[in-house]
Parts: sequence; C-alpha cells; structure tokens
Amino acid sequence: MSESSGTKSMSIIVTKGSLDWAYPPFILSTTAAAMGLNVTLFFTFYGLSLLLKDLDLKMTPLGNPAMKMPMMGGHVGMPNFASMIPGVDAGATVMMQNMMKKKGVASIPELRELALESEVRMIACQMTMDLFEYTLDDMIPGIELGGAATYIEVATQSEINLFI
Amino acid sequence: MADQTLDAKGLNCPLPILKAKKALTALAPGATLEVLATDPGAVKDFAAFSRTTGHELIEQSVEGNVYRFVLKRKA
Repeated sequence: MSESSGTKSMSIIVTKGSLDWAYPPFILSTTAAAMGLNVTLFFTFYGLSLLLKDLDLKMTPLGNPAMKMPMMGGHVGMPNFASMIPGVDAGATVMMQNMMKKKGVASIPELRELALESEVRMIACQMTMDLFEYTLDDMIPGIELGGAATYIEVATQSEINLFI
Repeated sequence: MADQTLDAKGLNCPLPILKAKKALTALAPGATLEVLATDPGAVKDFAAFSRTTGHELIEQSVEGNVYRFVLKRKA
C-alpha cells in the first residue's frame, strides 16, 4: 500500500476467466509493478479460474459480435449459432493462441509467473472459492484468501482501482 | 555504448517493458541499458515508463523497423 512515501498503488477486481479476458488484468498488473506500483489483484467468480494450477483457458465467439478474426486480408466474425457446433470454440481458442504466438504476445502462464515474480499480491475471494468448491490446493502457491472488506481496505489505499 | 543490451525484437506489449525493468534492476545505479524493439507501441510506452519510474531515457532512435532506446538506471 502507499505507506512508503511516493509509492502508488493499484487494485483490480478480476471477474472473468476466459483466454481473452485473462489478458487485461495480467498485462496491467505486471506493467504497473514494473513501473514501481504496489499491485493487488482480487479474484472473484470466474476470475478464480486464472489462479488454478492447471490453467485451461478457453474462449468463445458466442455473444461477442465484436470478435472478428483476421482472415484472408479481411476480418471475419462468427454467428452465434456456430458456437453450438462441437469444436468451434476449441478452434477459435487455438486460432487465438496461434495468432498471439505469431505476434509475440506473452502467454497467460508467462504473464502470471511474471506477476508472481514481481510481487503482485493475489487475493482469492473466499466466498466464491466456497461457492465453486475450490480449495487452496487447487490454486497456485503464493496467493491468499480474503473477502469484500479485505478488498475495500486495499481500495481505500490505492490511487487506481479497476474492475475487469 | 550502453552497459548492456536487451533484444526485445518480435515481442509485443507489455513484454519489452517487463524485460527492460528486469534488466534495469540487475544493473548498477547510473548504468545504461540499450533496448531494441519492433513494437511501435514501445515508443510511447518507454517514454511513460521513464517518466513514471525515473529511469532516464537518454537516447532514442529508429532504424528500419527497429526502435532503439537507451535507459539510465536511476541512482
């Protein structure tokens, strides 16, 4: 927190756990830490899956008309019904991963490791851990458990508070 | 000549910044780090990184599609 003079702090509530939505919290937290900020991530609901030891991130074009993939010089979207076809979401996930690799975008396991290395504080929401029947054994080491009050305390001491 | 060179070519945001920060931490205060990058976003990002952290951006150039930054680790 900002008890040491001049050090700024940032907190992010992380609520989403798909491959695409995993990026903003990890990119912002690692960058902020690199720029000298104290960073806390509070993982709740589907965001909890980003803390699992076995990351199995997927994404879907379902309900996302803005998701258009570069293809043959243009950009191609997918109608909602396509997601019902077995293999389409898996295909979209692989396509996104390949595209990211080609463009030199870091993987989520890599960014998560960098976040831990740079001492980003990671708090898993106790209530949603209980709700989805996760235990600390399911999660990577180095995280802590906390509730709404724990987050609010962090937020009152942070200059930047984001919800993703 | 910089004291150390970091090749961040082909890497996309935020990796050039993250790797530069790591390399700077390992340097002695006042030592310089040269970063080579191909991410055009690095131009604005290294300027912002320098302003926020106090590691001075002492040189900046571009040759072809390669951007070159020299940062001086703050004392």
